[in-house]
Amino acid sequence: MGTPPPSVGLAAVWRQLKKNPLALAGGAVVLLLAAVAVAAPLLAPYDPGAYDVKRILLPPSREHLLGTDQIGRDVLSRMLYGARVSLAVGFVAVGIAILIGTVVGVVAGYYGGAADTLIMLGVVDVMLTVPRFFLLLTVIAMLQPSIFVIMAVIGVTGWMGVARLLRAELLSLKERDFVVSARALGAGDLRLMFRHILPNALVPVLVSAILGVAGAVLTEAGLSFLGLGVQPPTPTWGNILADGKANIEIAWWLSLYPGMAILTTVLSYNLFGEGLRDALDPRLRQ
Amino acid sequence: MIAYVTRLALVSSLQMLAITVLAFAVIHLAPGEPIVLQQELQATQSPQQKQTLRELYGLDKPLHVQYWTWLNRLVRVDLGRSFSPDGLPVWEKIRERIPVTLSLNLAEVCLIYLTAVPLGVFAAVRRHTLFDRLTTVFVFIGFATPDFWLALLLMILFGVQLGWLPISGLRSLNWEYLAPAAQLWDLASHLILPIFIGAFGGLAGLSRFMRGSMLEVIRQDYIRTAQAKGLPERVVVYKHALRNALLPIVTILGLSLPGLIGGSVIVESVFAIPGMGQLAVQSVFARDYPVVMGLLTIGAGLTLLGNRLADVCYGIVDPRIRVTRRSD
Repeated sequence: MGTPPPSVGLAAVWRQLKKNPLALAGGAVVLLLAAVAVAAPLLAPYDPGAYDVKRILLPPSREHLLGTDQIGRDVLSRMLYGARVSLAVGFVAVGIAILIGTVVGVVAGYYGGAADTLIMLGVVDVMLTVPRFFLLLTVIAMLQPSIFVIMAVIGVTGWMGVARLLRAELLSLKERDFVVSARALGAGDLRLMFRHILPNALVPVLVSAILGVAGAVLTEAGLSFLGLGVQPPTPTWGNILADGKANIEIAWWLSLYPGMAILTTVLSYNLFGEGLRDALDPRLRQ
Repeated sequence: MIAYVTRLALVSSLQMLAITVLAFAVIHLAPGEPIVLQQELQATQSPQQKQTLRELYGLDKPLHVQYWTWLNRLVRVDLGRSFSPDGLPVWEKIRERIPVTLSLNLAEVCLIYLTAVPLGVFAAVRRHTLFDRLTTVFVFIGFATPDFWLALLLMILFGVQLGWLPISGLRSLNWEYLAPAAQLWDLASHLILPIFIGAFGGLAGLSRFMRGSMLEVIRQDYIRTAQAKGLPERVVVYKHALRNALLPIVTILGLSLPGLIGGSVIVESVFAIPGMGQLAVQSVFARDYPVVMGLLTIGAGLTLLGNRLADVCYGIVDPRIRVTRRSD
């Protein structure tokens, strides 16, 4: 009775995941995208920054598989390097969001009562009320939009989901026998929160991190598309799309391909994340 | 009910106060004084503008005094004057943009609900059929599609290739010379793509939510009772189940508001629609701090208002909620 709930074995998770072809496909694409981002310098046929005024806005051809942009840069090479930026922003932003959300959610759920009400109604609900894109724009107006600012801002405005999730988990976990007995043995609040309870609530956090990467990639692309994200000449999928909008009447390939890259990334992270959630949740097992 | 509404009003006032603290904190993110930064970026800034900003925020005073001054002005809807050459009061600039954004959002909400609710209900009732699977695929793809990208593709297809729909603004250049009926069509044709794009993301989310809510209700005892006493399936589904499954949808309406108002940033920028979202982007580029701050505060205020209206509606349609009050 005093033992923690059994953790889900990796083998069991894999067995469940194998039954879900969509989740497997999503996971495969997630790995593939990571590999592409790492190997971008090897895969890119051209220097992503090399412009050539004699080759501007060429439609896709054998030489330039995805065409060229308005100053003659190879779109495929820019998209490969763009994958690095998008995924880096996604991962760092989600890392920040998870960190804040974990601390806030664990504290609110563990202490409950007035602290909980103050945190949830006063901070989390208020943050959820502010239109996120307005907040992002305001902060970016105050600071210069460098890649680090973008990462930080997306993370700092995106932690509320994790906080709510962990709070709910903590509210139920803290009453369990293994916590009560650990407390009886003299474990302090901090030790109980982070050493005993939190490890048992990591599964939903992991899933929301995976889903969060998808959201952060979308947000970064939106900001870059408006010209308020990572600044040119650094290639990002959103930047290329902004070029696509500027040349909408003549160069459809500048609009089509980067969007497909974003769609594929977000879709595969979502499929993998949701599949993993189903596989990890023993309640759905029966 | 009165106690419920009073408590909601109290909580919202406190939350509005928290929003102003947040907005005020954001002003001070700017490295150094906002005025200094403003000067560096905009060489043309006049001493008069600097004075306006100094007065608005009381930048030479201690923080709590600054906040108090700013809050006092805020209560009187005095958001200061824009840095742009016209130097109009911020509130005036924002006020003329609100109707466009709100009507756009209203049209989007209607489209979302009219499509997503039937979609979700049919998918739930015909669970595991081809229709259900197709809806699920649509939902996943809908979640993953960047709205600005879809907007570009539709602009290329309907605007550039087919030439059926205009791709920017609210009215054609020759609008004044058109007959009333033609004017109406002109406005509508400018709005079709923006409304569709604005609704697209919410559509996927809400239809999935509706499906889940319906599946949850169908499992309940009272549905089995209705079936057991021999009511036709149609009555059970559309009278007993649907009414109960619709309840949580009201809350979702409130929760989706910040997304809609925030989402108007992208839609209005892509389609060059003169609403709050477009103003936000223009002001960020111009580093027009008073306007950006005003938009943040008013956008959050409108959302808070919408959320609370949804809460009250939920309290009316579902009396259980007034007693327990959501705490999560």
